[in-house]
Amino acid sequence: MPFFEAIRLALHTVWTNKMKTAFSVVGVFIGVMFLIAVVSIVEGMNRYMTERFAGTLLGVNTFHLRRFPNFQAGEMTRAMWLSWIRRPRIRYEDARAVVEAISVEHVAAWESTNRATLEHRGRVAKDIAVTAATERYFEIKNLPIEQGRPFSAQEVRAGTPVLVIGYELAERLFEGNDPIGKEVKIHGIPYRVIGVVERQGNLFGISLDKFAVTTALSPAKRFVNPAGVVDALLVQTNSQVELRQAITEAEAVMRTRRQLRPTQDNNFAIETADAVLDFWAKINQVLMVALPGLVSISLVVGGIVIMNIMLMSVAERTREIGIRKSLGARRRDILRQFLVESATISTVGAALGVGTGLALAWIVEATTPLPASVAPWSIVVGVLLGAGVGITAGLYPATRAARLDPIVAIRQE
Amino acid sequence: MTDDTTIISVRRLARVYHMGAETIRALDGVDIDIRRNEYVAIMGPSGSGKSTMMNLIGCLDTPTSGEYWLNGTEVSQMSDDALARVRNREIGFVFQTFNLLPRASALHNVELPLIYAGMRARVRRDQAASALERVGLGDRMHHKPNELSGGQRQRVAIARALVNDPSILLADEPTGNLDSVTSEDIMSVFESLHAQGQTIVVVTHETTVANHAHRVITLHDGRVHSDTFQRAA
Repeated sequence: MPFFEAIRLALHTVWTNKMKTAFSVVGVFIGVMFLIAVVSIVEGMNRYMTERFAGTLLGVNTFHLRRFPNFQAGEMTRAMWLSWIRRPRIRYEDARAVVEAISVEHVAAWESTNRATLEHRGRVAKDIAVTAATERYFEIKNLPIEQGRPFSAQEVRAGTPVLVIGYELAERLFEGNDPIGKEVKIHGIPYRVIGVVERQGNLFGISLDKFAVTTALSPAKRFVNPAGVVDALLVQTNSQVELRQAITEAEAVMRTRRQLRPTQDNNFAIETADAVLDFWAKINQVLMVALPGLVSISLVVGGIVIMNIMLMSVAERTREIGIRKSLGARRRDILRQFLVESATISTVGAALGVGTGLALAWIVEATTPLPASVAPWSIVVGVLLGAGVGITAGLYPATRAARLDPIVAIRQE
Repeated sequence: MTDDTTIISVRRLARVYHMGAETIRALDGVDIDIRRNEYVAIMGPSGSGKSTMMNLIGCLDTPTSGEYWLNGTEVSQMSDDALARVRNREIGFVFQTFNLLPRASALHNVELPLIYAGMRARVRRDQAASALERVGLGDRMHHKPNELSGGQRQRVAIARALVNDPSILLADEPTGNLDSVTSEDIMSVFESLHAQGQTIVVVTHETTVANHAHRVITLHDGRVHSDTFQRAA
């Protein structure tokens, strides 16, 4: 019997036994569904982490010089925390000295952030991240100005109270009116809005468009940090190699300034996107190790179920097998018929699993902050696994069917 | 003995079954020759070995010893798959219980031997349809067996048996499940097939069926008891 004929026959059998098929593929269905859904979500997170998180929050080819790291990969002990908060802060002079010492081509900016309430003609936006920064900040953080302009080096030096605000904050305070040139009060001091940043979307449900940036020496410096202190110095280079060079130089300068002996650890942190990505890679690795385990458990269970259903099917259809054999079906024809049937059943289950998995991923994306991105390989793997499980599970029942004695089989009632 | 018109030639054919400690000699040295276009009935009481004979002639079973030449080929020592091929090409079965696939249409049932012969879909559909037309079921092609009467089902089975143009039509109690009127009907189909040159072997214990045949071989205790030629009744 030709292969195509076997598939047609199998589909016919599947169709006439819809309920039985549905029950027999539950295991494979669940396995493949999880595979697709989890891989889609992990993949989505992956893209998010590399493209958005690392790129947006830390910047590409960028290091942050801080008192202690913003993102901590791995365990965080109380002792660590206590030693961190005893560290000296990063001062203006530190930042200037580091920038001075870096020999490779680079862009640098200061950054100090605190939360504050913004007000415009009675409209209030509470708990907004207000950052006091220098002029290259927008460039390093990859924040394109959609409307208006960023502040200039002169404005930074003069401490001019000007603001560049996020998209959502602009909506909140100005409700669609042009914010440029308008006055916003922070702690009673007026600032003039000069620019609005392009919409950034959100990250894990947190809006990236609710912020305001002002000049480092503006009146905001008083509530973002103690006098003469910055949260971080941001340094961006053109390449990874130059970044490493810059980090080495920055570290050397800081150790000298802090008068650290060679045996002493750094009492400051140099943070790059790599640290965050490493942390994510670890989580990713755990998920990718756990996933095959979970999937294979359901597939093994699914395979056993299919094998049982197929054995039942062979027993029920003994007479059919006898008839087919008497009409000239060879062992391999019968073997193929049942193998194709179990593979078809299983693949149908896997296909339904793929569909539901995709739907699940989509629902997760639509209803939770978790992003999802479908990995095409997971669909291929899902369907192949389904077919594989079907063939494996069908092997024993099909062999039994093929070996039936036609005389005995045909007399079966 | 094997001239070119001999289709079945059986020599010292024996089939022994072992049931636990007991040994049953179902066939015990049978010699039979059947020529082209003969219409033969194999008769005998139950336990005489006629079912075993039918399984061996139909290549569903292999003999313990002896030779079986079918259409010039020794088939007694063939492998399972080789026998399947012989069944597919040389033998058309008609069973007492029809043995149609219940969920398949009449047309698909008749198509089955052609599927296993590896024939292309278009060709085999035409061939199956014309076989059904030959047995007078041209208008019932898409009916399932349970939508057909007993006589019609047996006609479907006959169409299926003939669709591959086999050397012999081998019928096992073909009227066993039919009433007498329908039985006569089926027997007349056999007769017209015989008239068209078909070789027919009917295994039966009913004399009314055997009377249609031109030659009656009677088995008794696994041996040929009598072998007589007769004019059809």
